[in-house]
Amino acid sequence: MTSTPPALAVQAIALRRTFGAVVAVDGLDLAIGRGEIFGLLGPNGSGKTTAIRMLTGLLAPTSGTATIAGVDIVAQPERVRRVIGYMSQRFGLYGDLTVQENLRFYSGMYGLVGREGRQRVEELLADLRLGARRDQLTATLSGGWKQRLALACATVHKPELVFLDEPTAGVDPSSRRHFWDLIRERAAQGMTVLLTTHYMDEAEQCHRLAFLSRGHLIGVGTPREITTRFQLPTIEDVFIELQRRDEAEHPRDEAAA
Amino acid sequence: MIPTRLRQWPFWAMLRKEFIQMRRDRLTLAMMIGIPAIQLVLFGYAIQTEVRHLPTLVLDESRTSESRALVHTILNTGNFDLRGEVQDKAVMATRIARGDARAGIIIPPDFTRDLKRGVTATAQVVVDASDPLAANAAIAGAAQAGLVRGRTLLAQRGVRPPIEVRVRPWFNPAVRSAVYIVPGIIGVLLSLTMVLINSMAVVREREGGTLEQLIVTPIDKTSLMLGKIVPFLLVGYVQVSIILLLGRLLFHVPIQGSLALLYVTTFPFIVANLAIGLFVSTLVRTQAQAMQLGFLFLLPNILMSGFMFPREAMPQAAQWIAALLPLTYFLDILRGVLLKGLPWQGLVEDTMILVLFSVVFVVLSVRRFHKSLD
Ligand SMILES: Nc1ncnc2c1ncn2[C@@H]1O[C@H](COP(=O)(O)OP(=O)(O)OP(=O)(O)O)[C@@H](O)[C@H]1O
Ligand SMILES: [Mg+2]
Repeated sequence: MTSTPPALAVQAIALRRTFGAVVAVDGLDLAIGRGEIFGLLGPNGSGKTTAIRMLTGLLAPTSGTATIAGVDIVAQPERVRRVIGYMSQRFGLYGDLTVQENLRFYSGMYGLVGREGRQRVEELLADLRLGARRDQLTATLSGGWKQRLALACATVHKPELVFLDEPTAGVDPSSRRHFWDLIRERAAQGMTVLLTTHYMDEAEQCHRLAFLSRGHLIGVGTPREITTRFQLPTIEDVFIELQRRDEAEHPRDEAAA
Repeated sequence: MIPTRLRQWPFWAMLRKEFIQMRRDRLTLAMMIGIPAIQLVLFGYAIQTEVRHLPTLVLDESRTSESRALVHTILNTGNFDLRGEVQDKAVMATRIARGDARAGIIIPPDFTRDLKRGVTATAQVVVDASDPLAANAAIAGAAQAGLVRGRTLLAQRGVRPPIEVRVRPWFNPAVRSAVYIVPGIIGVLLSLTMVLINSMAVVREREGGTLEQLIVTPIDKTSLMLGKIVPFLLVGYVQVSIILLLGRLLFHVPIQGSLALLYVTTFPFIVANLAIGLFVSTLVRTQAQAMQLGFLFLLPNILMSGFMFPREAMPQAAQWIAALLPLTYFLDILRGVLLKGLPWQGLVEDTMILVLFSVVFVVLSVRRFHKSLD
């Protein structure tokens, strides 16, 4: 059915979203290639979640357009939903369902039922080493396991693109490392990953990064390019420097932060 | 063989999930079943609209066997309880005003003399009419007693009354209010629980953060809405059965018609209320708002559906509102089947209207709901 697949997993042009007087995302342009691990960085309230919610069809853009795997997010949201996975910043699985029940539920959402569905659930349980906890109520899982299960549910249908909004917030270092192994594994299989994080060691592991500040993009590139361009030793230094500059240009907003 | 498209419909996964969640939420489940039982007992015993045994004072200024016979007949109606005798009207008035008594029987001194002379003898019954229901009972009792006594006296003189109206209370021969009220309670409680449960349905997921994760999947809105309706149909049927059973055991509510027919016609009523709850759920942002809107809907149901007050007695505007409430039609069905033993032909119209309500509100809910966080 599909002819030559579009080269870009995500293309956003001048995406903008306001909440009353607040401009959450202001003219965002993004181009993310297939199989990329793309990191969206920015201080609290800079618009990362809002940008992801627009790309996943959860919030309508005030203006601007975007395509996911060549499909327009506003015109054909349901087609987009078939090819994306999403882990919300706030944990969103059912706490009163067991690990396995959550997985079965989400596979059912994508039409993976019967033998096919059961196989996929078993595959994920083994893959994410969740097997021993399959009958545990999700609410009683620790932070790291919850996030691992959320990733499993978000990728149950092997999406082309997965959005991870702060997937490792509140997760201990060894669980974080394991989580990143899983992310890299999926990217190697061709899945595009767009994630947000406040951990700079994770930022360094992304193929490319974008810096957001108060809703607009203030820098995009590979970690190496970015540190070279700013002649700073680490991404963390760039992050702090960029935020300092941006706030210096808009001093009045500082009180709000 | 089931077609693949049907097997892959997200509805099934949604349904399974809702059933699991319902089963795990023991407290809510217990409340959904326990509360109707408690409510039934409370309502059933408290709402006794027939007023009997009004405390009554007697002022007999005639003091003859005739006057005593009349007092006796009046007390015998069962609507009055003798509280004592008084010697003058002023004392009677103060005691009624104080609330010691609600009614007074006054036989004037010339009662027996008038009777003997062939002049119509008059006796008085005064009633504290601040409670109209109690007053009506007293008035009816007194009038009946007067009639009975008068007829007896005429018969002694060999005269028969030219006209006699005989009233036969059909369908509820003892005119007990419980018989009328309990079927209504089935409807009211069903409405209450179904609307409230489902008005929480979508907002609970919204507040809990699970809606965001759910609506990025390709689930269709119909699956989502139907998944919230079907499991609670079962709860509704459990409730109906409990209330019917208790109504039968505690209040001796008759079941004249076919139970099967009642269960079939209950279906569109439960669906209609669940759909209304769901619709409420799509209008609000928080569970607290859902509660308030849910109760706002229930108030006209209790007051205007004919549950407590006969619809015929309501002003035109209230009757129009009543026409928009599923309960109005379901009460006709309930009383029709339980008290009158109506066959199915008598229920078609009400049932069709309930089906219409169900369809309209399911469609409205699906329309109103958007797979979006806006
Ligand atoms: N539903 C909403 N209604 C009103 N304002 C909102 C809403 N969602 C986000 N905002 C505002 O938009 C701005 C961007 O918020 P957003 O959640 O996208 O930031 P973020 O970069 O994800 O922050 P964090 O790192 O804390 O997750 C903030 O000022 C926020 O207050
Ligand atoms: Mg965020």
